[in-house]
Amino acid sequence: MTTAKARAKEEAGTPEELLGLLRQMMLIRRFEEKSAEMYARGRIAGFLHLYIGQEAVGVGAEAAIEPDDYVVTHYRDHGQALARGLDPNAIMAELFGRTTGVSKGRGGSMHLFDVSKHFMGGYAIVGGHLPLSCGLALASKQLKNGRIVLCFFGDGAVNQGEFHEALNLAAVWRLPVVFLCENNLYGMGTDIRRVSAEAEVYRRACAYNIPAEQVDGMDVLAVRDVARKAVQHTRDGKGPYFVEAVTYRFRGHSMADPEFYRTKEEVQQWRTRDPIPLFERQLRDWGLMDDAGIKRLEDEAEGVVNEAERFAEESPAPDVSTLYDNVYEE
Amino acid sequence: MPETNIREALRQTLREALQQDEHVILMGEDIGAYGGSYGVTRGLLQEFGDERVRDTPISESVVVGCGIGAAMGGMRPIVELMTINFSFLAFDQIINVASTVHYMSGGQINVPLVIRMASGGGSQLAATHSHDLAGWYAHVPGLKVAVPSTPYDARGLLKTALREENTVIFVEHTAIYGLRGEVPDEDYSVPFGQAQVMREGGDVTIVGYSGSVHQALRAAEMLAGQAIEAEVLNLRTLRPLDVDAIINSVKKTTRAVVVEDDWCFGGFGGEIVALIQERAFDYLDAPVARVCGADVPMPYAKVLETAALPSEQHIVDAALAMR
Repeated sequence: MTTAKARAKEEAGTPEELLGLLRQMMLIRRFEEKSAEMYARGRIAGFLHLYIGQEAVGVGAEAAIEPDDYVVTHYRDHGQALARGLDPNAIMAELFGRTTGVSKGRGGSMHLFDVSKHFMGGYAIVGGHLPLSCGLALASKQLKNGRIVLCFFGDGAVNQGEFHEALNLAAVWRLPVVFLCENNLYGMGTDIRRVSAEAEVYRRACAYNIPAEQVDGMDVLAVRDVARKAVQHTRDGKGPYFVEAVTYRFRGHSMADPEFYRTKEEVQQWRTRDPIPLFERQLRDWGLMDDAGIKRLEDEAEGVVNEAERFAEESPAPDVSTLYDNVYEE
Repeated sequence: MPETNIREALRQTLREALQQDEHVILMGEDIGAYGGSYGVTRGLLQEFGDERVRDTPISESVVVGCGIGAAMGGMRPIVELMTINFSFLAFDQIINVASTVHYMSGGQINVPLVIRMASGGGSQLAATHSHDLAGWYAHVPGLKVAVPSTPYDARGLLKTALREENTVIFVEHTAIYGLRGEVPDEDYSVPFGQAQVMREGGDVTIVGYSGSVHQALRAAEMLAGQAIEAEVLNLRTLRPLDVDAIINSVKKTTRAVVVEDDWCFGGFGGEIVALIQERAFDYLDAPVARVCGADVPMPYAKVLETAALPSEQHIVDAALAMR
C-alpha cells in the first residue's frame, strides 16, 4: 500500500494548498454532522449516507484533477460534491427537497448534480455509473478536449457485472478514466471478505491490464499523490488507471443502519486513524497549523454549514405545478 | 420516387448522419467488421473508420451506458443492440439512467442517444431472440419509442430520432428489413407522435405498429372481400402516442381491433383499449378486440411459432365477430 509517512514538507505542497485540503475535509465533516442532525429532526428524508471518515479520499482525489475534468460518483456523494466546489447551500437545499437544491429537489441526497462544475452526478444503482464514466471519457477522447473522468465507487460495486464490463471497455478503448474505489470494507453491512473471492480490490484491475495500486485512504496526501499519478497516466493517453483507497466510514451505512455487523472496538480502532486529526498533526509538525488556526477553520466550517441550513430552511419546496417539468428535454 | 428496403433506408440515413455531423458515432456488437447481424451497418466501418464505427465487446450494459455517457459529454451516439431481448442486459442503463437523469438532475443533463434494436418473431429463433417488446419501453416516462413499419418511416423516423434531445428506443422488426417501398430523394423526416392512416375505411379501425401494420393491411384486403371497409392506422411511435388519431378513427368507425406481436396480458394494446374506452366509449358499437402473440415464450418449431404469432386471419376473425 502506498503511504506517505516520511514526506518532506517541501514536497507536500504550498501552505495554501495544504491548508485548503484540511479546510475541505473539515467542511465535509461539519456538513455531514449537520446533515445527521437535520435528518434526526426530520428536515431530511429518504436515505442519507454520510461521508464521515472517508473525507481524505474525496478531497485528495479532487486535488489531483482540473475544474474541466468530469466527476461521476456513487450515492455517498456529499463529500465529493463539496470538494468539487458545489454550493453547500444548494446541496443542503437538495437534501431538504427544496426547489433551490442542486437537482431542484428531484434527486435528494443520493443524486446530486452540477453540470456547470462538471459534477455529472451521484448514482444510486451500485456500479451503474461506471459505464457512464466510459462514455464521458469516450466523448473527451473523440472531441479531443483533454478532459479526464474521475469515477468514484465503493467496494460494493466490484462484484457487479457493470464494473467488469466498464473496466474491460475502458482498457480496450484506452479511455481516460481514473477508477477510484473507496473501499470502506463493507458493502452496506456485508464485510467484503465474506462476498469477494479477491478482497484486495485493486488486484482485479490486472485482469484488464489496467495499472492499479492501493493507497491509504485515511492519508489525504497519499491519496492526492497517487491520484495525480493516475490522472497523469490517463491524460497522457495511456488509458485508464485504477486506485483502491482503503478507508472506513465511522457512521452507519445510512441513517437507518443499526450496525449489528461490526464491533464498537473495530470502529474505535479506525477512529484512531481519523483522516482529519492525522493531517492536522502533520501540519502542526510542519509548523503550518496551531490551535488558533484550527479554531479558525472550525468556525469557518460552522459558518458555512449554518448558512446552508438557514438557506435550505428558508427555501421553498418545489411548486407542485412543476411536477412534469424536465421529463423530456423539449 | 426511388424504391428501397428498410435495411437500406436505415443504412443510408446512418451514413448521412455520419457524413453530416462528426459528433455522430455508432457502437454495437459486430456492427463494423461483420457488417451488423442484420446487415444494416454494412460498409460503414470501411467508409468512416473504427473511431466512428465502433465494434464493442458483448457487454450490452456498458455499451448502452457508454452511449449515455458519450451523449452527456456532447456526442450523438447511436447504439445497436442485436435483439430487443439482449437489451434487457442493459435495462439498468436504459431505465435507471437514460430515462431518469434529465428529470433527476433538474433538467441539467440530457441524453440524446438513439438505441436501435431488432425485434420480432418469425425466424425460428425461439424465446431469446423473437419477442416484440417495444411496449415495455413505451411504459417509461423519459423515453421515446419509434416503431417503423415502412422504408419511408424507417428513414423519416430515424432522422427525427437523430435530432432528438432525448433517448429514443428505435425498434426494427426483423421480418420486414427486406420490405420494399418508396423513399423520396429529398430531405424529409417523420415527426414523432403522428400516426398514419394507411388505408381508409368506415367500418372498423385496425390499430397496428411495426410488423403488425402489414398484417393489418392484408386483413383489411380480406375484409374488403366481405364488404367490410377497415381503416388501418400505423402508430409509428408508441411514445409519444397519437391518441387523437386513434380516437378520431374509432369515432368514425365505431369498432376497433388492436394488433401487436407482444403478449396480450399487461401489454401496450391494453393501453390503447383503455384510452378508447376513456375517450370514445359512447361511440363504440362493440367491445374493442385485441389480437396479440400467444401467452407463451416463443417456441422454435415452425408450426408452434406460427401459432404463437398474430395473423391476418386472427384480425379478420376479430373484426367479423363484431358485426
